[in-house]
Amino acid sequence: MKGLSNPARRRRRVAIDAAMVMVILVLMVQMWLLTATLESYLAGHHGAALPGFISSLVLFAVCAFLYRLVLRIDRMKEREHGSEATRSGPWKIG
Amino acid sequence: MDPKDGSSTTPVWAEEFSVHASEDAYVQRRQFTKFLVLTSFGMVAGNGWIWLKALTAAERATWPQVVIGRASEIQPGTVRFFSYPEETDSCILVRRTNGEFAAFSQKCTHLSCAVYYAVERDRLECPCHEGYFSAANGRVLQGPPPRPLPQIMLEQRGDELVAVGLTMHGESE
Repeated sequence: MKGLSNPARRRRRVAIDAAMVMVILVLMVQMWLLTATLESYLAGHHGAALPGFISSLVLFAVCAFLYRLVLRIDRMKEREHGSEATRSGPWKIG
Repeated sequence: MDPKDGSSTTPVWAEEFSVHASEDAYVQRRQFTKFLVLTSFGMVAGNGWIWLKALTAAERATWPQVVIGRASEIQPGTVRFFSYPEETDSCILVRRTNGEFAAFSQKCTHLSCAVYYAVERDRLECPCHEGYFSAANGRVLQGPPPRPLPQIMLEQRGDELVAVGLTMHGESE
């Protein structure tokens, strides 16, 4: 629970959780979109294929953006840890 | 006390261990998110594949003409199996009890089980999940199939029955 006692760390964790939940929601929409497009294609409505593909691509871009956000938050954490390590690194034993 | 300052009573192994439990959670979440994004890419690939299939289907302007058999050889209430448009696409030609001919893809639109003609009820039936189709036009009468059976367009040339095309029903709606 050491991590949760640090407010900055808690905020980062909430941000990562929020990004992850959003990615899951986007993924669920994509799954529905794929199913609907396939169903439509099999029923002979070929016109729905291109809009389905473009929509899925846009949703993937949203997912990729959210993933980059997670990576950025991670880098913030690493930078912070790096400065801490410089102050009192684990190599300073005794 | 903070384990990072040297004055704590935390054992040395705990101080030197490279990954804290909270940081481990960060790594797991990042990896999980990465996996989700890769799955998202898989969905895009699936949609792209459907689009490519739709493009190639649209380019197919003509259907092959395949002779199924002689009309006089098929008695009312009987069927004949054939392949159309490809060798792997099983189809069923039905001569209904009223003498009319109709041909459909034999794959049930639910889970691709083979349908058969139930003469006494004059309908096509799927034995897997009791999906029933009209023998007149392939429409779903009952059960889980989401779509009508694809219908083969027939032409009678003299005594010969010829398959000349395939309709999904949805195309004209």
